Amino acid sequence: MKKVDARGLSCPEPVLLAKAAMDAGEYPFAVLVDDTTPLENIKRFANQNNKTIEVDEAGNEYTITFVK
Amino acid sequence: MKKKNLILVVVTGLALGAAGVGLMLLGNPANMGFCIACFVRDTSGALHLHSAPVVQYARPEIIGLLLGSFIVSLVTKEFKARGGSSPLTRFVLGFFVMITALVFLGCPLRMVLRMAAGDLNAWVGLVGFVLGVYIGTLFLKNGYSLGRTYKKNAVEGAIMPATQVVLLVLLATGSSLLAWSESGPGAARAPMWIALVIALIIGGLAQRSRICQMGGFRDLIMLKDPHLFWGGLAIFVAALVFNLAASTFNLGFQNQPIAHSEHLWNLLAMVGVGLGSALLGGCPMRQLVLTGTGNVDSAITMLGFLVGAAFAHNFGLASGGEKIEEGVRVSGGTTEAGRIAVIVAIVIMLVIGFAYSKKKETAEA
Repeated sequence: MKKVDARGLSCPEPVLLAKAAMDAGEYPFAVLVDDTTPLENIKRFANQNNKTIEVDEAGNEYTITFVK
Repeated sequence: MKKKNLILVVVTGLALGAAGVGLMLLGNPANMGFCIACFVRDTSGALHLHSAPVVQYARPEIIGLLLGSFIVSLVTKEFKARGGSSPLTRFVLGFFVMITALVFLGCPLRMVLRMAAGDLNAWVGLVGFVLGVYIGTLFLKNGYSLGRTYKKNAVEGAIMPATQVVLLVLLATGSSLLAWSESGPGAARAPMWIALVIALIIGGLAQRSRICQMGGFRDLIMLKDPHLFWGGLAIFVAALVFNLAASTFNLGFQNQPIAHSEHLWNLLAMVGVGLGSALLGGCPMRQLVLTGTGNVDSAITMLGFLVGAAFAHNFGLASGGEKIEEGVRVSGGTTEAGRIAVIVAIVIMLVIGFAYSKKKETAEA
């Protein structure tokens, strides 16, 4: 599975990276973030685009998997 | 969850709009109830970084905003010391955002408060601001990035909040270490404790909602996402309603408090504020709020604001507002140095935009 590392990047960069991966169309893919702001922004972005996501939290890092 | 976040950003906007007019009615300068650029400039003066006697006061609004965000981020465990994303470049961007804001006479927050008070010059500024943010989105689309932040020692993130506590003690005790304006905008003050409490609440709300006026336009333009934009609109609506209710609404270009009508320079100055804020990833208020959450890059940006404000007054870059002298209206305006500074600022921002867009970072983990 393709993983996009958006850790340490400030918004909107994580959302733009998620968008680029989404536009590439290879599902599933995961976006790694380490802050709640990009987490919320990517959740909102996925919601707006009717994408199904799963979020795994490990410590202060979040893996957002775009299922389809 | 989604709805809750939207309500939060709208409530923050309404609170900001109400506070903007309310603090003005309580004694803050006209159409400047709450302004990040102007108040950081006043604080810069209070710390003797510049010596313009009319704009020196350690504004409790700045202290409260930062500490409100700090306290709430501690409670929600979102406080995290992090930094290292091109700090000196951020300092430079902060420096020039402040200078361009002081040529226009206001940050994006005061721009909206002025718009809601009928000041048409601020609407000209809005055109420039949106244009600046738009240019910023073009860089972002081309891979613009100041790079990653990394985790830092908690002390690093707590330094700026600690300085605000020290400043609060000096302010509350009326310390002679600080400079205090005896006339002009710096002498127009809402009661300190009321201003502090309001700013603490807004700082907390802004931390939770992530409100940002640059972000509002950026996300609308780039992602067709109006989430943050509703917050900016809420500021405008609340301030407009309060201005109409308090009869402080005055439509026109002329006779506007602490403003000037040089349209080209109002526009270009706000292009600088919009572009610089887009390159920084947040408008001045957002930078202060992020500083409160332990973001050291934003703290460096805030130092850029402070030094930029000092330079703006020490080198005569800041514009003068329209004023009445011995019963005669004297129109305000930009200075030649200020106009040159705006051009220099935009050029440097463009250079930074291109320089950090060149290489697309490989995103593979």
